[in-house]
Amino acid sequence: MAFGVSANRSLASRGPSAGFRFTLYAIVCVTLMFLDQRGGWLTQVRYVLQGAAYPVQLAVSSPSAAWRWVSEAVQTRDALRAENAQLRLRQRDLEVRTLRYEALARENAQLRGLREALPPVAEKWLVAEVVNVEPNSLRQSVLLNRGTRNGVFSAQAVLDDAGLIGQTTHVGPWSAEVILITDQEHSVPVQIERTGLRTIAVGTGIGLALPYLPANADVKTGDLLITSGLGGVFPEGYPVGRVAEVHPQALAALDRVRATTLARMDRAREVMLVWFRETHPAAPGKTSGADLVKGDPKALPQVAPPKPKPAAPAVADVGSASPPAATKPGATASATPPTKPAATKPAATAQSSGTKPAAPRETPPARATESAPAPTRTTETPPPAAAPAAGEATTEPAVAAPSQPPPEREQ
Amino acid sequence: MNREPRVWMIFSGFIALFLSVLPLPGWLDVVRPAFLVLAVLYFSITAPRAGGLALGFLAGLALDVFQDAVLGQHALALSLVTYIMVREHQKIRSKPAFQQSLIVFFALLAYEFVVFAIDGWTGHPITTWLRWVHTFTGALIWPIAIALLERGHSAR
Repeated sequence: MAFGVSANRSLASRGPSAGFRFTLYAIVCVTLMFLDQRGGWLTQVRYVLQGAAYPVQLAVSSPSAAWRWVSEAVQTRDALRAENAQLRLRQRDLEVRTLRYEALARENAQLRGLREALPPVAEKWLVAEVVNVEPNSLRQSVLLNRGTRNGVFSAQAVLDDAGLIGQTTHVGPWSAEVILITDQEHSVPVQIERTGLRTIAVGTGIGLALPYLPANADVKTGDLLITSGLGGVFPEGYPVGRVAEVHPQALAALDRVRATTLARMDRAREVMLVWFRETHPAAPGKTSGADLVKGDPKALPQVAPPKPKPAAPAVADVGSASPPAATKPGATASATPPTKPAATKPAATAQSSGTKPAAPRETPPARATESAPAPTRTTETPPPAAAPAAGEATTEPAVAAPSQPPPEREQ
Repeated sequence: MNREPRVWMIFSGFIALFLSVLPLPGWLDVVRPAFLVLAVLYFSITAPRAGGLALGFLAGLALDVFQDAVLGQHALALSLVTYIMVREHQKIRSKPAFQQSLIVFFALLAYEFVVFAIDGWTGHPITTWLRWVHTFTGALIWPIAIALLERGHSAR
């Protein structure tokens, strides 16, 4: 087979040898990888390169964008009218649903003991379109047509109208890469809405899995997963997915509890980038350090879900149906003071630090009976008993805790 | 006929890049050959002086940016494969197309292995076997690819 052109002169005759040049390129590559892993000034290079790549990406996506434009432009009058009617119906539906929102917000504020209702946690949002390119077929990611020029930052939450989509990774001047929550490397701290149980939802490539739940955790098909507000990216309370399958006997941890996402991952055309009020109690904690408490260290292990070891004695108390407040007077007494400052200065400390010590006191009546049947498996009981307590603490007002003691003393 | 077809090389390189980031549905996406890698292989065999190692490096860097990978990952893999191809280009060029397919298959395997290894070292391992599928499809499409790329040569 004859190939078109050939270079008959030996390669070594011009410049350094191929082997030498390869070594040079290899060193450059390794240096690049090293620096890119470390972050640093290479983020600037990356930013520029991503900006340079954007026109090409737009060009690649232009055929499908053009097709969409054409198909929208030639829609018939009837189709438009039907869509309009449908949208109007939907709008009315949503308006009816939000009618009671104001009242509920005020009621919630009263329960929290705050004078005014909190503003919504989402401060502003920006609609972004998905650029139709395939960044990497092995990873679950999409490209958005907004970048730092629009104020987008790295690790920003991305939602659609049904639920959580993902978070931004590399942000260029006009575009942003978004890693989806279904990516195998992505995990979202979630909370099971029905029980308040906190765990982590890991992407599986097609959906979500909850591999870190204990075998006897209370999970049912159809349970709603909402963000728990930990982890510093997503605020608390946004819907993530629904539990689809529960196989407690499955060998692989990833197969035990499977969930599907609420957001339409593959078909989302328009998504929302959201900015959150940092001072809001439901806002994501900015640092991981905020999740650790400055309060009484003795009260801590009871609510740290992934570490069953120190929590074991506390649960033994719960199993014997006596409230931990009685057995650990020192812990609760010293823990109550921090709740008050935590309530007045909101942010992440309110959900993590102050409320946690109070949580076990609120829960014993219900939780004691639940965890009582399985006292023999001491290694597995702690997380379900401790985690729901922590989960409820976030949804329940911080200030309500001090008002609780009277009924408990009656017990 | 152009002796060092730079223009055609850059043009077809861009086409290949377009093809490799074009969104494709489901299984088509999995079996999509690495078009840009194939184009780079072709030019490093037929016109090693036109592009050579620099072509492999730059194409790899472009893949890094477009695939949101660690900078240097695809660049290293592609420079390695390009280096081997440039060194052996005279032997490979004289082989019939089907033997070339086999050589290309192994080159693609080497390329994917480097990418796979760096994925692991940088802490983003993807162990699904689907990532190796494109080596087969790339080898299968090779005779067609060289026919197309040659046409561009002779037209010029």
